[in-house]
Amino acid sequence: MSTQNLIYLFVALSFALYIGIALWTRAGSTKEFYVAGGGVHPVVNGMATAADWMSAASFISMAGLIAFMGYDGSVYLMGWTGGYVMLALLLAPYLRKFGQFTVPDFIGTRYYSSLARTVAVICLIFISFTYIAGQMRGVGIVFSRFLDVSVEMGVIIGMAIVFIYAVLGGMKGITYTQVAQYCVLIFAYMVPAFFISAMITGNPIPQLGLGSTVNDGSGMYVLQKLDSSLQAMGFPAYTNGSKSMIDVFCITAALMIGTAGLPHVIVRFFTVPKASDARKSAGWALIFIALLYTTAPAVAAFARLNFNQSVDQTAYAEAPGWFKNWEKNNLIAWVDKNEDGKMEVGKGDPFKGSPEYVEGTGASGQRLVSNEVLTDNPNEVYLDKDIMVLANPEIANLPGWVIALVAAGGLAAALSTAAGLLLVISTAVSHDLLKSTFRPNISEKGELLAARVAATAAIVVAGFLGIYPPGWVAQVVAFAFGLAAASLFPAIFLGIFSKSMNREGAIAGMVTGLVFTFSYIAYFKLIADPSVNVAENWLFGISPEGIGVVGMVLNFIVAVVVMKMTSPPPAEVSRLVDSIRVPRGAADAHAH
Amino acid sequence: MSDNEETENAGANAYWKENIRLLLTLMAIWFLVSFGAGILFRDFLDQFMIGGFPLGFWFAQQGSIYIFIVLIFYYAWKMKKIERHYDLDD
Repeated sequence: MSTQNLIYLFVALSFALYIGIALWTRAGSTKEFYVAGGGVHPVVNGMATAADWMSAASFISMAGLIAFMGYDGSVYLMGWTGGYVMLALLLAPYLRKFGQFTVPDFIGTRYYSSLARTVAVICLIFISFTYIAGQMRGVGIVFSRFLDVSVEMGVIIGMAIVFIYAVLGGMKGITYTQVAQYCVLIFAYMVPAFFISAMITGNPIPQLGLGSTVNDGSGMYVLQKLDSSLQAMGFPAYTNGSKSMIDVFCITAALMIGTAGLPHVIVRFFTVPKASDARKSAGWALIFIALLYTTAPAVAAFARLNFNQSVDQTAYAEAPGWFKNWEKNNLIAWVDKNEDGKMEVGKGDPFKGSPEYVEGTGASGQRLVSNEVLTDNPNEVYLDKDIMVLANPEIANLPGWVIALVAAGGLAAALSTAAGLLLVISTAVSHDLLKSTFRPNISEKGELLAARVAATAAIVVAGFLGIYPPGWVAQVVAFAFGLAAASLFPAIFLGIFSKSMNREGAIAGMVTGLVFTFSYIAYFKLIADPSVNVAENWLFGISPEGIGVVGMVLNFIVAVVVMKMTSPPPAEVSRLVDSIRVPRGAADAHAH
Repeated sequence: MSDNEETENAGANAYWKENIRLLLTLMAIWFLVSFGAGILFRDFLDQFMIGGFPLGFWFAQQGSIYIFIVLIFYYAWKMKKIERHYDLDD
């Protein structure tokens, strides 16, 4: 069977599996729709959290980013895992003990104020829509790359699939589909990684291969060899980054704290039976995530090394098969600046922007582009960073079914994250706005219907954003993490660990964190000319990606100062905090 | 307030203090292995090698993540013990 047919087969099988699970686990009550009935086993929830958390970007793009950032890529590795320690130790067990359905629920009740709840809902919707717009686009791109349909068609297919299992199944359906999606995506990621690691180092375990010697008789370690080959080509050494220490520090911190404050991650811990299960579940989630996150840096280094060795100074006529394959798919381009027929790899861009292919082929048979060639650097090769994961099966000479598996894995990663985000958006609308704020007397059935309608509306809006991406979507991923770190995290943390934090302090803190972080990112990413977005103009040299940490510190300071000047919280809040601090009794908490 | 309630409160307070102490220790380790070994002291640690990894680089891209997992499971295990001791487990 041809590779393309295998891809159709694998993707169709995986979709049938997801839809089958969704029909089998339909939600019958709001409790099932919002928190899967609160009875999910901690290991199962850990697996679902891992799939929820790892998006198409983690699956397809992260290794490629690290391959080109080297040490600087560590911000993603530490930043997107370290947050789970904060979740397990500082937030998850207490929020589970609190026992309601949503993050705004907690903030509204703990700060005895529907204004606090509304501010939390605004933060949540902003964070989640920013995040999901990127996801839907990702879904479309993955579909178009593997299934030969347009990006728009891809988004529509993705919307339809997510609609079926998110709207029917709610959190219950999503949880069990995410478990299946995790299995598909991790298998798809690990198989090529084992083979590449064995091919390059002789050791099939990528985490160990990265610290081993290269299998070419030189006796050099992988990282050593990579450092020396990159330096010879004019790049900085792989194990030395180019970002400043304070920036690496702040970006890592913003990603960690942002992870701990992301509503679609937090809400997963509302689904386990007990507070102690929430701790264990965060541990399991991190194990499942770490499997991919410790493999990614190995894949990154292997792919970069392999790319340097097999492409640099090679005549185009002898280019490896995957190179020409992905050139056909618009992800690679080569301009022969010095007209010697050999491909040269170096620092800088080969031409302006992304390739605009034109009809016809060049002297060596390469595809031609109409972009303005940049002659101030010797680099001749344009490469989309996603190639580092996508081309792995071909680089390791693996059969067609592995390529099909990677396609199914990429789709699983994109769909699972999109579904989790849609659920928190619809819950915020039906539960926090409708039920808690505008129509407290709504019936159970009415609320469930409202949740489904809200989920449908959210899918349509997200799909629309995926088809017509506003120019800023790619620019503002920093928003989601920065805002979560600067607004929601401090409010939740103080709500648990400080008994005296009051309504006024929490609201003032959230608004300060939100406004400061939003303005800083918006100024550098959306308003100012890109040339202004450089270290000299940044506050303390902190880039917009890392500014959420400063927003969080401001939030804490303002919250404490305002609290000192206003009246303390009522006695029942103190009793509420006492009760969430001890685990006993969480099993019945959902019933109240 | 009855005697019974008072002992319950005392237990809950002692439990919470012990929890905070444990949290501070574990969060300190969390900070040291990631922000410490992986970022602030990376240049110093990079002069040592573990296998083919410069040590600071290993902490930043591998080691910190393994230690994060250990921290969470240790906390879950230890808290269960503390909760049993104070008869507050779920």
